[in-house]
Formats: sequence, structure tokens, C-alpha cells
Amino acid sequence: MKLSALLLVGLFAGAYTVAAQAEMDVKIGVLNDRSGVYADLSGEGSVIAARMAVEDFKAADKGIKVDIVSADHQNKPDVGSSIARQWYDQDGVDAIFDVPTSSVALAVSQVTREKNKIFIDSGAGAADLTGKQCSPNTVHWTYDTWALANGTGGAMVKQGGDTWFFITADYAFGHALERDTTALVEKSGGKVLGSVKHPFPGSDFSSYLLQAQASGAKVIGLANAGGDTINTIKQASEFGITQGGQKLAGLLIFITDIHALGLQVAQGLVLTEAFYWDLNDSTRAWSKRFAEKNGGKMPSMVHAGVYASVLHYLKAIEATKSKEAPVVMAKMKEIPTDDPLFGKGQVRVDGRVIHDMYLFEVKKPSESKGDWDYYKLLATIPAEEAFRPLNEGGCPLVK
Amino acid sequence: MKGYTRTFVILALLLAIGPYILYPIFLMKVLCFALFACAFNLLLGYGGLLSFGHAAYFGMASYVCAHAAKIWGWPPELCLLLGTSAAGLLGLVFGALAIRRQGIYFAMITLALAQMIYFFALQATFTGGEDGIQSVPRGNLFGVINLASDLTLYYVVAAIFLAGFLAIFRMIHSPFGQVLKAIRDNEPRMVSLGYRTSQYKLLVFVLSAVLAGLAGATKVVVFQLASLTDVHWMMSGEVILIVLVGGMGTILGPVVGAFIIVAMENYLAPLGAWVTVIQGLVFVVCVMLFRQGIVGLFERSLARLKKSPR
Repeated sequence: MKLSALLLVGLFAGAYTVAAQAEMDVKIGVLNDRSGVYADLSGEGSVIAARMAVEDFKAADKGIKVDIVSADHQNKPDVGSSIARQWYDQDGVDAIFDVPTSSVALAVSQVTREKNKIFIDSGAGAADLTGKQCSPNTVHWTYDTWALANGTGGAMVKQGGDTWFFITADYAFGHALERDTTALVEKSGGKVLGSVKHPFPGSDFSSYLLQAQASGAKVIGLANAGGDTINTIKQASEFGITQGGQKLAGLLIFITDIHALGLQVAQGLVLTEAFYWDLNDSTRAWSKRFAEKNGGKMPSMVHAGVYASVLHYLKAIEATKSKEAPVVMAKMKEIPTDDPLFGKGQVRVDGRVIHDMYLFEVKKPSESKGDWDYYKLLATIPAEEAFRPLNEGGCPLVK
Repeated sequence: MKGYTRTFVILALLLAIGPYILYPIFLMKVLCFALFACAFNLLLGYGGLLSFGHAAYFGMASYVCAHAAKIWGWPPELCLLLGTSAAGLLGLVFGALAIRRQGIYFAMITLALAQMIYFFALQATFTGGEDGIQSVPRGNLFGVINLASDLTLYYVVAAIFLAGFLAIFRMIHSPFGQVLKAIRDNEPRMVSLGYRTSQYKLLVFVLSAVLAGLAGATKVVVFQLASLTDVHWMMSGEVILIVLVGGMGTILGPVVGAFIIVAMENYLAPLGAWVTVIQGLVFVVCVMLFRQGIVGLFERSLARLKKSPR
């Protein structure tokens, strides 16, 4: 009798330790801009999105305890890389999410590879992350500059906007954006009539806008970013360029920028995004929940990307019962992505996530039915056409 | 002098045990900024010259060092040397132009020249534009010491810092340093005594640029990247902040200031935008309450304690 009781106790204890082993601690870091130009786009909203993903995944019920830490990289690569190092070395962070600003994302990707952890980027645009500088430890979720150029450049031509003029920020990023978009416009049968370079950062764009207007191009492409794009759009609105029949195409602009500009100024602008809150029932339902937690502000595509990527990461953890980077990464690339925001897709071998992209036009104030009702859908770019083909990126992982 | 020996021994001891208490990479960042601030303090605190463009030397050295290490595959000691000499050369040209004017004009000329370097870094192809030069290899020091380990690298950085720190100490306490302080306090008088003050000013400017360059090049080896942040005017601002908070014209002030400012950036990072607000508050408090900075305040109260009869 005594023996069996002892055995029973032993059995329970054994079962308990098994249960305790199944309990897993996962720590994820959301690293983004919390004070600068990308704070609206990513910032606290990305942390909210990550938290929602953990809740929706019901991680706690599945024996996975998820901790979320966050920090501000101030858009400086050295700050970003030192935070990433510290997170991996000291704080036991298993994966880093978000990271807008290309230079910081590339630096974090480098550190992640060195420490053999996982980095899933949502906020940055650098197509090099899954191109020449791709890494077996990096996944790029939401968008990249190639996809934006492809959406705006390629799909726009099909919509009839077949002559282009570029206003380009005079530095490496602006040149690359103009070059990529030009290639895609010409490939789709369009023509580039000319371009003008403005100093970076610029404040007075009137002479460039007048040149663009005089060129008679149907589309004026804005190959710049951040404050430069905002200023160009504001001044274009003062010149009445979109009312004159020309279309303004932003190559790197987000819904948060449109919100800041207001429909009066931004109307008629054409842009490409990976996500819009008002796409379908499931995006609307999720975005409503998100907005409640985020002071009424709707999610950007970067927020949506953080949510979807955390969800996919946790799925891989659950399936492999491991948080070893190579194991989890292999699983993430094996199982197809499926979430309420981006639908079905896949993680390619170079780390690029494939999903539909959308070409939008900003509504006129009279067309908008209320707050955040900003876009009308011009075209859907199917997943297989939306991103740079696997063999063109120059990624060494692609054999 | 005796008191200083004790300070050095304590400093060396702290440096030796530091990585066992705090995160080595954090400490290396502190040391790089401390050296940068010491170099700046040499110019401002002892030469009385407020340069608003020291990021140019720091950043140029980091770009040159990163390029040499990554593209040419040079060993780290040669990269450090090349980066430092590039900064020195730049300092010689910019210094020769800037010291012709004084006060606010001097500051504006250095700022303008530094902005030219910023735009050069933004446009030149070898700097990689806004992505900077990334994934610079750490390499092997003298071909034998592998710097991949953070701890090994820490001691190398600590040695570089200590060498720079001692060099500055030696300069300040040499006849050259005495002349420098005299020029700072009353330049016309030094001219009337027959000193060619502009030569002294140029020399201290170049020395300061060289040491700032050494700090910038060292930072590349630690973080494996050189970026626009290093040449941005905010970097020039940050070094002024460090020196003023720590204590201008004190030998230890920049070191203490660097520790405080970098620690704030590092440990308060989760607070997001509040970091800059807190830094601003600390700066205002420092300027309002103790102009000599933390170390200056400490030294003064120590002197008062010694004087007061028991």
C-alpha cells in the first residue's frame, strides 16, 4: 500500500516535471521608432499589435509564456544594433520584430545572424534584406521598396498612367527608388519623360513641381520619403496639380501620413500598401479592436505586419516545441502563412513573405464617409506578382 | 600629481573589473564616447575653443576605418591608424581655417565645415548613403588577438581609451598645456608676451581632432558599422552635452559625463521619446545649478571640505 502510494506520488511528480518542461518561456522584442518620424507608423502601435497576437494565439493555454519588451532605436543604426546585442546577450530575447528604417534593419539583421536568433522585420523597406544582404535568420514581412515600386509603377501603367515624371530625393535611397520604378514602368509599357533631383532634406519644392507639371506627364512619381514626401504633397496641393488632371504617386507613404495630411491635401494621391483596415470583414474586425487599444487610431500596414508575424512565429514555436532559431525558421518557411489580415501566403527561402499588395487612391473629402475612410481600391496585385522574383534579388540563400 | 596617481589607479581598476559587473558592449560604448568627450574637452576646457563640428572628425575616422576594414580587408590596428590620421588631416585643414575667427564665428565655421562633411558622407558612394557601411569585420589585432570575443575587445578598447586619456593628461600638464590655459584665459596678454597663439590653437585643434578620430575608429571596431549618425550635427551636440554635464575643464568630467549620458540612452531606451526629454532636463539642471558639471561640483566641495577647520 505504502509502496503504491509512493509510486503514485512519483508518477505525479514525473508528470508534473513533464508539464513544467512543456511550459516554454519565449521573449520577443519590439524594436522601433518611438519618438521620431516613424513613431506613428510603428511605435507603441506595434507593441499593441504584438500583444494582440499573443492573446489571439492563446499562448498561455498552449503552455507558451510570452514576454514582450520594447525599445526606441531613434532611427540610428548604432543605437538599434547595440539594443539588439544587449537583448540577445543579456535579456534572453529570442526574436526581434518590426524595426522600421532600412539602415537600422540591416544592422539588426547582421547582429541577429551573428547571435543566431530570429529577426522578423515589418517596418523597413530595404529590399536588400531579402536580396544581396539576406540572412538565414531574417524574415521580411510587410512590404519592401521593390513591391511598392512594382505596385505603384507597374499597376499604375495598366490603369492608364503611362507617362511619368520623377521628383527624386538626391541621395542613394531616392536614386534607387527612381531607378527601380523606372524599370518597372518601362517594363509595363510606360514611358518616363524626365526627372528632377531635389536636395535632401528639402523644403521648397515649387520649382520641381512646376517642372513636373510642365512635363505633361500623366503621373508624377515622388521618389522621396518622410518629411520630403509630405512637403511635396502639400505644395502640389497648393499648385492644384491633381485637380489639373495629373496624378501624384507616392512611392513610400503610409496611411498615417495621409491621416496627418488630411484628405483635402492628399486627395487623388496614388499609393501601394500591403494592408488597409477597410479591406474585408476580418481586417475591419481586427482593426476595430486595435483602434480601441490605440486611442482610436487605425492600424498601419506595419502594425498589421507585426501582428501577423508574431502569430506565425508562435505557430512555428508551437509546432516545433523549440525556440532554437534554425528549427523555428525552417518551420516558418515550411508552413504556409495564414492570418486574418494578409490572408494566405508563404515565407520564401530568401526570407521574403509573399502576400497580395494593393494599389489605392486617396479619396476626395466628399467621398469619405468618416474618420479613417481614406482609400479606394484601384487594383489588387496578386501575391506571386507583387514581390521581386526569387532569382532576381541576388540572395546567396537561393540556389 | 600624487592625487592624480591615485585617480589613475582607481580608474584602471574600475576599467579592469568593469566587464564583470556591467555589460561589456555598453562599457565599450561609454569608453568610445568618453574618449571622444575627452578630446573635445581638451579643445573646449583647456583651449577655450568651442567647436560645434567635432562629429566631422569622429565620423570621418569611422568611415575611413570601416572602409579599410571591410573593402580593403586591413587588420584593425592599421584601420584605427588610418582612420585617426584621416581625422587629423581633416582637423589640420578645418582648424587652419577656423582658428582665424573667435567665439561664435569660430563655432559657426566649424559647424559649417562639419555639415559639408555630412553632405559628403550622404552623397559619396563609398559611405553607402543612409545605410552606412555595415557588417565591418572585427578582425585580428596584430594578426594574433581575435577580437570576436566581447571581453577581449573590451580590454583592447580599454587600453586605447587609457592611452588616449593619459596622452591628454600629459598634454594638459606640460608647458604646452600651461600656455594653452593662459591663451584661454587671456589671449592678448599671451600675444604681448611673444607667443604665437595661433600655432598653439592649431596644434590643440589637430590633437583634439586626432583623438576624436581615434574614438570614432574604435567605435567602428566595436559596433561593426559606420553610419550617418556619426557625422550628424547631433553627434557634435551630444559631445558638448557630455562635457558640460560631466564638467568642462576637468580631467575626469568627460568620462563621468559619457557614462551618465550613455547610461541614460541605454537604460531608459524603453521609455521611448522620454529619453530626450530627460536628457534635456538633466542638461538644464546642470547648467542652472552647477555650471562646472558634476566633477567640477565634486572637486569644489572636496576643496571646501579640506579648507574648513575642524
